Amino acid sequence: MDGWTGRILRIDLSTKTTEELRLPLEVYARNLGGKGLCGELLFEHFCQPWDAPQMPLVFMTGPLNNTSSPTSGRMTVMSRSPLTGAIADASVGGKLGTMLKRAGYDGLVVTGQSATWCGLNIDENGVRFSAAGHLAGLNISAIYAKLKNTSTRADAAYAMIGPAAEAGVRYAAIVFDGHYLAGRGGLGLSMAAKKLKFIAVSGQQKTAVSDPAELQLAREDIYRLVAASPVLTGELGIGNYGTGALYDLMRSRRMMPTNNFRQTWFAPGAQMNAHAYKEIYHPKKFGCAGCHIQCKKIGAGGEIMPEFETMSHFSALLGNQDLGAVVEANRLCNEAGMDTISAGVTLATYAELQDQPLSAVKFLALLEDIAAGRGEGAALGQGALALATAADTPELAMVTKGLEFPAYDPRGAYGMALAYATSTRGGCHLRAYPISHEILRKPVATERFSFSGKARIIKISEDLNAVVDSLTACKFLFFAASLEEYARALQAVTGLQTSAQQLLKLGERIYFRERLMNARNGFDAKDDDIPPRFFNEAGTGTEVLRVKPLDRGEFLAERAAYYRIRGLDDQGRPRAQKCAELELPC
Amino acid sequence: MLKLLNKYADKLTRHGLCDPDAPLVGGLNAGILWNRPDPLCTELEKIIAGLNINSLIFARPREPFFSILNYHCHQNEVEFTPQDTETRTFLHAIPIARSTSVAEILPLLQNRKGCVVEGQGIITWGTVSPEQAFVVFSSIIFSAFVKFLVDYASDHHAGKVSTEAQHLLPQILTAYETFLPAPGTPELASGPYATEDAILAAMIQAGKATVDARMVDSFFGNISCFADQTIYISQTGSSLDELQDCIDACPLDNSASTGITASSELVAHRDIYRGGENRVILHGHPKFSVIMSMLCFEENCARRGQCHIKCDKPRFIEDIPIIPGEVGTGPRGLSNTLPPAIQGRRAAIVYGHGVFSGGKSDFRTAFATLAAVEDLCRAKYMQLISQPAKTGLRP
Repeated sequence: MDGWTGRILRIDLSTKTTEELRLPLEVYARNLGGKGLCGELLFEHFCQPWDAPQMPLVFMTGPLNNTSSPTSGRMTVMSRSPLTGAIADASVGGKLGTMLKRAGYDGLVVTGQSATWCGLNIDENGVRFSAAGHLAGLNISAIYAKLKNTSTRADAAYAMIGPAAEAGVRYAAIVFDGHYLAGRGGLGLSMAAKKLKFIAVSGQQKTAVSDPAELQLAREDIYRLVAASPVLTGELGIGNYGTGALYDLMRSRRMMPTNNFRQTWFAPGAQMNAHAYKEIYHPKKFGCAGCHIQCKKIGAGGEIMPEFETMSHFSALLGNQDLGAVVEANRLCNEAGMDTISAGVTLATYAELQDQPLSAVKFLALLEDIAAGRGEGAALGQGALALATAADTPELAMVTKGLEFPAYDPRGAYGMALAYATSTRGGCHLRAYPISHEILRKPVATERFSFSGKARIIKISEDLNAVVDSLTACKFLFFAASLEEYARALQAVTGLQTSAQQLLKLGERIYFRERLMNARNGFDAKDDDIPPRFFNEAGTGTEVLRVKPLDRGEFLAERAAYYRIRGLDDQGRPRAQKCAELELPC
Repeated sequence: MLKLLNKYADKLTRHGLCDPDAPLVGGLNAGILWNRPDPLCTELEKIIAGLNINSLIFARPREPFFSILNYHCHQNEVEFTPQDTETRTFLHAIPIARSTSVAEILPLLQNRKGCVVEGQGIITWGTVSPEQAFVVFSSIIFSAFVKFLVDYASDHHAGKVSTEAQHLLPQILTAYETFLPAPGTPELASGPYATEDAILAAMIQAGKATVDARMVDSFFGNISCFADQTIYISQTGSSLDELQDCIDACPLDNSASTGITASSELVAHRDIYRGGENRVILHGHPKFSVIMSMLCFEENCARRGQCHIKCDKPRFIEDIPIIPGEVGTGPRGLSNTLPPAIQGRRAAIVYGHGVFSGGKSDFRTAFATLAAVEDLCRAKYMQLISQPAKTGLRP
């Protein structure tokens, strides 16, 4: 088997036992890896409560990990979300995916519950369980330092949870290699429920590649496209500025969520853009294994620069003008191990419920309370929807399926409204990422203030990104490259004949299976929606650029079109005919 | 949706790529729409059903392009691979079908963005807009045309032009005359431009004139103007004939990154402005300039096949330098090679790619230079293929 190792490690934390799972090549070929294989392995278990000991927490690499294919260092983590009850998966960078392949495994399926905090140490020789009680209560940087200091393997990669997960924060993250977060949906809390504090992986095995020369040609095609992409490698692109490069653009397009999405324009933003961070912190580049874009930024003083979503939510969404407070909020969230998007939206919901803006001092203090599970922080740690519902105003939570929205106001990009609604994990921008064509003009520009034709575009994009997360590659790269180039790379690595369109067909099946898993847990059309604010209130436009409320009728009509295209009934539930076509049990 | 389908059907005609009744443009959301009814739609819908796409174009191109495509179909078995930048970067290769059979075409379109159907035309598709299908359609025509004339001149130099190519060439050149617009120089606004509105208006005007003069296709090419420490530049993937709302203002000090959507050549434009007196830059893909840039008869060159990135020989067409460089900012990017090459010169040609021309005040000079370079290259080409084999000039 080229590309894959053919070995998946099952780990039962209750019994501290392991076994190897060897799947047939057909299963690999059909699911690729990452998100696809996670879904395959979770499918039959998904109706259990998120914290049931037998609910798997799956870590999965892809066939391109540990090869020279560009951006091949990522992996996927998936389980049932403690925050939403729906699918929770995260594509995460760092180098753990690469190391897992080097240790000889395609992935890990973790079940059971340890009696006390424990850690997993994985290498070519298998798994060693270790006690991890000494790491409880420590911040992420302290845990990371202790793990590195006590490891005998300098090349080891790590996944860990911090105090937020211990405190029961529903949007706790798993932190990889100190800086990379599997952030959305509360996967850190899933890991905490198993009393698993960390995973350390090291190895030196090579991944077999079927046709190295052909892989080199595919790689050159991809690099050529990346070099031609202003968004990735341009002077103002994310290679130079990080994802914060989007800040000015979203602001100028009048779609920057401000004051809990009550406005879409943040006047002081001009002084809080990526250039301002660069002037103050003089950041350098770093990034994931196997990536040459290096979009992560670290300041000269070691400060981790916030990503775009964090920059936007901890400034505009909270009405905060203190750039230093944004960096500090980012640090607090990273140290606690929690999702900045959910944290920011939950704080903004709190501010609206209180009917007064939060000062920087106040929201930083609340972040510490959330991470510690103390005082008001305990309620805030349950997420925006729980907070707003407790106040009998669930409509004030800017969420879909209970997952808080990122920093793209849907009134400024109508495809985003549909993408939020249909996303299997809730208020997520990454399932379809219509910003790519509605704002960034890739692969070509589409009309952002229109729902026309968006249903099929969203469906195709969801399929595409399901493939990207299964390969496992970086979505950013697809601002430039396409599946045409990655099909060539995949074929070169695995030796299996494929094409861009065949991969999209796999993506359709992978995504549809997630709809099926959610439907089995009661999700339907009522959950495929966005808050009434977006239909009732205008954004903050100008005389020539109006940001109107969304038309509810048009939204519902396009969602109905999406259901037909996706093979769902009028309540958003999987149709038996489509299940049969995709060879999935209904 | 129908409006969008008609827009690109019309654009194929306006750009001289198809006759008015030729384009079939289909769009797909919950159902399929066509820009017009046609018996072929049923067959094309079977192709659409086998692809995860939202739009498709099928059309027979106008002459000389139709004959050129058929020529490539005769000369190649499964695909042909032009060496220009558009193919190298975006198309990779152009597959060939011998019939409109779904069984034959579907596998080709599952792997590539478009294909040529021998004796029938071109089929292309898009996943978010018919614009993608239009761009690929246009690129296939451009690349096929460039390849035919590059191959012809190379074969002529080697004394091995095929009978078919020999027979075809006069028809190609005659038909190409009808593709070009009537001679004449457009009235462009004179500079310097006093206000931002004047700059934007001048860019919109010059961009459209460049497309109308057939010196750039689809969404390629770019245009910029430098004023008040700001570069006004066309957005990535914008069509030069539709620049309204598609121009980014990029401060020279990068104090705002709004221009993340700016052309991939922003850095090249910036460095040209920093190093000299130019205040406007116009970049097109005029065909004979691209063709002449790809004709080099250096014998035993160690860099043969890598000319687009590694050519280190000083090459000129009269005073116009020909330089290597790929699109964008990579280590082999034209952002490194172009700015020094164009300093003190009226223009430069990037190998297999296109022409960059400058102006110190307005787009009149830049446009005139672009047109003059193309005229010069066309004349040089005709001269080249008129000379006896292996004695052609060295461009």
